[in-house]
Amino acid sequence: MSEQNMARDAGNWATPVDRLAVPNVPAGALDTVGGKQVVSPIQGFGKMWQKTYRVSLAGADVTPAEVVETWKTEFPTFWPKGNQFHAPLTGIAPGEVALLQASVGGGLKLSTGVFVLYADEDSFTFMTPQGHMFAGWITFSASEEEGTTVAQCQVLMRAQDPLTEVGLVLGGHRKEDRFWQDTLRALAARFGLEAEPETSVVCVDKRRQWGRAGNVRHSSAFRSGIHTATAPLRKRR
Amino acid sequence: MTQDTVGMEVHLAGDALGVITVRGDVTAASEEALMEAYTRVAEDSPRAILLDFSGLEYMNSGGIGLLVTLLVRANRAKQRLLARGLNDPYRQIFELTRLDEAISIYTNEAEALAAV
Repeated sequence: MSEQNMARDAGNWATPVDRLAVPNVPAGALDTVGGKQVVSPIQGFGKMWQKTYRVSLAGADVTPAEVVETWKTEFPTFWPKGNQFHAPLTGIAPGEVALLQASVGGGLKLSTGVFVLYADEDSFTFMTPQGHMFAGWITFSASEEEGTTVAQCQVLMRAQDPLTEVGLVLGGHRKEDRFWQDTLRALAARFGLEAEPETSVVCVDKRRQWGRAGNVRHSSAFRSGIHTATAPLRKRR
Repeated sequence: MTQDTVGMEVHLAGDALGVITVRGDVTAASEEALMEAYTRVAEDSPRAILLDFSGLEYMNSGGIGLLVTLLVRANRAKQRLLARGLNDPYRQIFELTRLDEAISIYTNEAEALAAV
């Protein structure tokens, strides 16, 4: 590999970390990821899925790089209502950790986070930590296709533990699809468009990795449940 | 769409090891080239597939995702996936993404061949 190409690449990837650290926990967020390791789809339990959500920004005078820059900068504003993304103070950059609360139904919010694995001008990728619902990556990107800018969100993941796998089968997949479709609708609206996303779902691996069933011990669902249940008590103080 | 700027060559090292030599950029746009190379080298049913990255110029997160997909395909065919030719930064990326837990990394082809 040439030095020129390493320079092109070097700043885009996070530097290796053994365990995640969250030095500044935003108000209202719960740090359930500090001390956890990141996990790829290889370390997950359930079937492996590649889900691709795309929206055409036809009619918007915007380049792919401008879309990705806006997406990074205003990321929390595109999330569907009821979910919170606490962007790192320094923005979405390689090596940063963002905390989040995701509504998982029944009034329960799951507190977890993501690690920014990769970011360049055309894309950025989050990797999930132990305890997250999924083991895998989410890549947000934009590209030009036949003169039109297209924004894309691609998830490569396995459910991290057997409980989440059951949840996915019982409506979790549909909920996740809606989540990213709504995100892309909000992104298109940011550029003045009312656009309908396309969804493509591929089961990359039908096998479940039973040797990873023990991942359930890391689940943040339990801690998040306690946090939600005790919220009224904290408010009273 | 991102342009495909990757080249793939394949050969067999003995009966047991199929080698895919990767040249250029590995991104999501490389899927067709990589899977086509895998199909060619897997025809002879080697026990393992070695990805030779000594000609790799650049790889982004889309490229890493592609390797996971290839890993699943190889494992389904009961083949191990190996790698060689990774420089230090990309070795670190394999560690960071924990790909190194499923794709063993070797210094050269002879070492990989001895391991299969």
